[in-house]
This record gives sequence, structure tokens and C-alpha cells, in this order.
Amino acid sequence: MRDGFYAAVAARGFRRYATYRTATAAGVFTNTVFGFIISYSYIALWDQRPHLGGYSQGQALTFVWVGQALLMTMVLMGGGFEDELMERIRSGDIAVDLYRPADLQAWWLAADLGRAGFHLLGRGVAPMVCGALVFDLALPADPLTWLLFTVSVALGAVVSFGLRFLVALASFWLLDGAGVSQMAWLLGLFFSGMLLPLSVFPGALGEIARALPWAAVLQVPADVLLGRHRGAGAAGALGFQAAWALALLAAGRALQSVAARRVVVQGG
Amino acid sequence: MAETALARAAGAEPAGTPGQERPPARTALGRAARGAAESLRAYRLIVAMWVRSTMAYRASFVMTALGNFAATGLDFVTIMMMFSHITVLGGFTLPEVAFLYGTTSTAFGLTDLALGSMDRLGRRVRDGTLDTLLLRPAPVLAQVAADRFALRRLGRVVQGLLVLGWAVARVDVAWTPLKVLLLPVSLVSGAAIFGAVFVAGAAFQFRAGDASEVQSSVTYGGNTMLQYPPTVFSKELVRGVVFVVPLAFVNWLPALYVLGRPDPLGLPRWVDFLSPPVALVCCALAGAAWRAGLRSYRSTGS
Repeated sequence: MRDGFYAAVAARGFRRYATYRTATAAGVFTNTVFGFIISYSYIALWDQRPHLGGYSQGQALTFVWVGQALLMTMVLMGGGFEDELMERIRSGDIAVDLYRPADLQAWWLAADLGRAGFHLLGRGVAPMVCGALVFDLALPADPLTWLLFTVSVALGAVVSFGLRFLVALASFWLLDGAGVSQMAWLLGLFFSGMLLPLSVFPGALGEIARALPWAAVLQVPADVLLGRHRGAGAAGALGFQAAWALALLAAGRALQSVAARRVVVQGG
Repeated sequence: MAETALARAAGAEPAGTPGQERPPARTALGRAARGAAESLRAYRLIVAMWVRSTMAYRASFVMTALGNFAATGLDFVTIMMMFSHITVLGGFTLPEVAFLYGTTSTAFGLTDLALGSMDRLGRRVRDGTLDTLLLRPAPVLAQVAADRFALRRLGRVVQGLLVLGWAVARVDVAWTPLKVLLLPVSLVSGAAIFGAVFVAGAAFQFRAGDASEVQSSVTYGGNTMLQYPPTVFSKELVRGVVFVVPLAFVNWLPALYVLGRPDPLGLPRWVDFLSPPVALVCCALAGAAWRAGLRSYRSTGS
């Protein structure tokens, strides 16, 4: 019964975003425009340095379009559920949420996964198709790779949620979470590979970046789709994501219980 | 506080400080000038109000301004990381790309500072709060533009100017008085062209409701595009930003003159100096679009 409940929350999360059709169409347009601009800069870069970061030009371009497709799914530009949760913490409405017979973390996770699902379909597929029509992308033909990619995206979405849930809970102590929220999405944008694939980052910076949780949000799913992780490597990549997902969810749970016990609720 | 500021802004007849001539209102041009002055005054008062409220939380302001600075800086970090692998991109060296980056970032930053909240118009149309602005006796455009004025956006301007300063010191250019003059002129014209896009985009939202992202694709997307050399892009794309949405006049064309490079479309050299008239035409068109949009506005009535 509980599973059914959270599934319903996820379905509502999906439908809530599906309501905004003009906004979705406008978003697809924007993702496509950015995909074009970044693609051309990558073509110039890979013309100078073929196989930079171990990618062929086609793979680099595919990376660009995966990035555009996952931008909203992974909330890489900020402004997801965390803004709403922070507002509830700031206003004191959170007290009501804590008394509800639903778990705070599970509720928001379900709602956010529903939203992520909508954004993957609504804002992911169309730009990817546009990109594939204009540029020579290295998309896999093998259905197993697509399946692994889907699992990897789902794990990435949980990692993204885990990070943002921690950011939102910081509001219990800071009251105004805008600063933390901004820092968080800047780090995420940079260390996810959205600006430049992490395998192109120089030296130690690259190694650190590839070990951080943000790598699980974009770099790993993109590499899975590009077939850079196969067999045991693929298991390792998904394991890396799952480990971060569990660690972040556990941290969120711990922080939530501390917050619920110790923090004086604002407002009233 | 807003109400007092606006009441003062609105005082149907501008009081006019003693000893100052009141603008003649008889001719059409006079009326337009008077309207513009009134708009500017309302804009200034609302902005001053938001700045005061921002300064109530100084630490928060400093943090978000630094965040804004860092956020826009990431774009340049990306370019520098690219140049850690290469020496030229599209035939342009790092200082030359930095020159393009600095000029567009500064121009766009100025527009973002002045009009950055315009994309909230769609939300106002949807939730009906635009009606409140229509009832106030101050120009709607000024109210929408100044709404939630965010001083933290200075971060982007500062970042753009720093990169531009670095680029000017490094680029291999024989500076002539004309080139020196072209720089500030193109920054201001560029900001005006971006501004026209913001206003036209807002006007479009009267009809589209929640399509602010289309506007972002031209403004933020255009800004990103102009950070890279035009040689990187396909000819069709370059033609698009010269002849359709004339963003190329923000920095590409004047910068190509300064850097002494031909443009990929082979246009005559004098085109590089057309930024100011292009900006004027854009602003006039955007103004017309705004008025048409405002006339077509129907409240949601909720």
C-alpha cells in the first residue's frame, strides 16, 4: 500500500509538469539552440585536437546532446523541488509536513522522480532527435546499451535528488538557503561535465571531478550511452552511481532526523 | 514603501525642480520625450527601492553577487580549459576569444542588470498580478523592468569587464583612436540590442504566457554564441545573427574590425560600424512590439 502511495505521488509529480505544454515546447527550443551553439564550439575544438579526452568528434557531439537532454532531468541549472522545500522550511509550513503520515524524504523523492521522468521524455527526447538529424552522433544501435543508459539515468536522478535534498535541509539552520542553493548548482554544473566532459579536465582536477557525486549525474550516463563502460566496467559505473545514491540518501535521512528533533520551527 | 515611491513617481505632472525648464508637450516628439522621462523616473524610484531592500541583508547581497560573478566566470573557465589543449580555436587565440567574451559579457551583463526581471512577465500574465501594475499610474514597461531589480547582477558586468581588460592588455592590436572609440560605443549599442530582445521577448509573452525560455535562447544563447569566434559557426547561423536577430552587431562585427579580421560573410568593412543605428532600429521595433502586446493583453480575471 505504501508503494502505491509513493507511486501516486510520483505520478502527480509527472502530471504537474506535463501541464505546462508551452513552457515545455519553449524549453525544447532553448535546449536545441544551446545544443547547436555548443556543438559548433566542440567541432572547432575536436578539429584541433581529435580524440581529446578519448572521444571521437561524433562521441563528443553525442555528449553535448546527452547533456542538453539531461539538463532538466538532473536539474543542473537549479530551481527544482528544493526551492519549494526551502520555502516551506523558511515559512514554518514544514511543521505540518513533519506531522503527516508520509516520510518527508520519500515523499519528495517520489515527486522529484516523477518530475524527472517527465523532463526526460518532454525535454530530453526532442532535442536529442534534432541533434541527431543535424549532426553525426555516435548513438548506439545495441538495445542493451540503451537499457543500461536508462538505468544509469535513473540512478543519476536519485543522486541529483540526494544532493538537492541535503541543500534544502540546510535551510533549517541557515533560514535563507539561496546562497547554498546557488553554490550547489554551480558546483553541479561544473563537476557534472555539463560545461566540458570531465575526461577533458586536466590532470588531478579531472581525477577528483570523476570521483565526486556530480559525475554520477551526467558524465557516467553519457559514457554508458557512448559504450565506454562495457561488461564489468558497466557494472562498476552503475555501482559508482548506486553507492553515491545510497550514501546521499542516508546522509539526507540522518540530517532530516536531526533537523526534526533539534531545530525550532520558524513562523507560526 | 513601493506605494510611496510610486505615488511620487506618478505625480501625474512631473513637479520639475525650480529653475529647470519643463519639457514642451505640444509636439509628438515632446510627448515622447516626456513619456521617456517619466518612465525613467519611475524606473529609477523602483530600482532605488529594491536596492535599499537588498542592502538590508548586506551579507546575503555580497554572497549572491559573488555567486553571480562565479557563475558567469565558469563560462570563461570552460574556454580556458579548452585552451589548455589547443592554441587557437577557429583561428582565434585565447586573448582574442577573451576579447569577444569580455565584450559580449559586459554588454549582456548591463542589459541583465537593467532588465533582467523582464522574463517574469509571463508569470505575471498567468497569475494575474500584471493587473496591479496596470492600475498604477506609472508606465508599465518601467514597472516590469524594475520589478525585483537585482543589484547582484553587477557580478556579471564586473566579470565581463575584468576579462575584457585582460584581453585588451593581451591582444595584438595596433590601437587607433577609432578602435578605442568603437569599444565603448559597441558595448552600449550591444546592451541596447540585448535590451530590445528582452523587451520584444516580454511582449511575446503577452500572447504565449509561459514561453520565457524562447527569450532565454536568444539572450543567454546569443551571449554564449558571441563568446566564440564567428568562424566556429556555420554560415547559416552567422547569417541568422546578422540579418534576422542582429546580435552580431553586439560584438562580432565591431570586434572583427578591432582585431583586424575579415568577417566570414565577406560583408563590407563599414558594416562593422553600424551597431548604434542597428541598436536604435531594434529598440524602436521592440517598443512597437511591446505596445502591441500590451494592447492585446486580456487579464486572466482570476
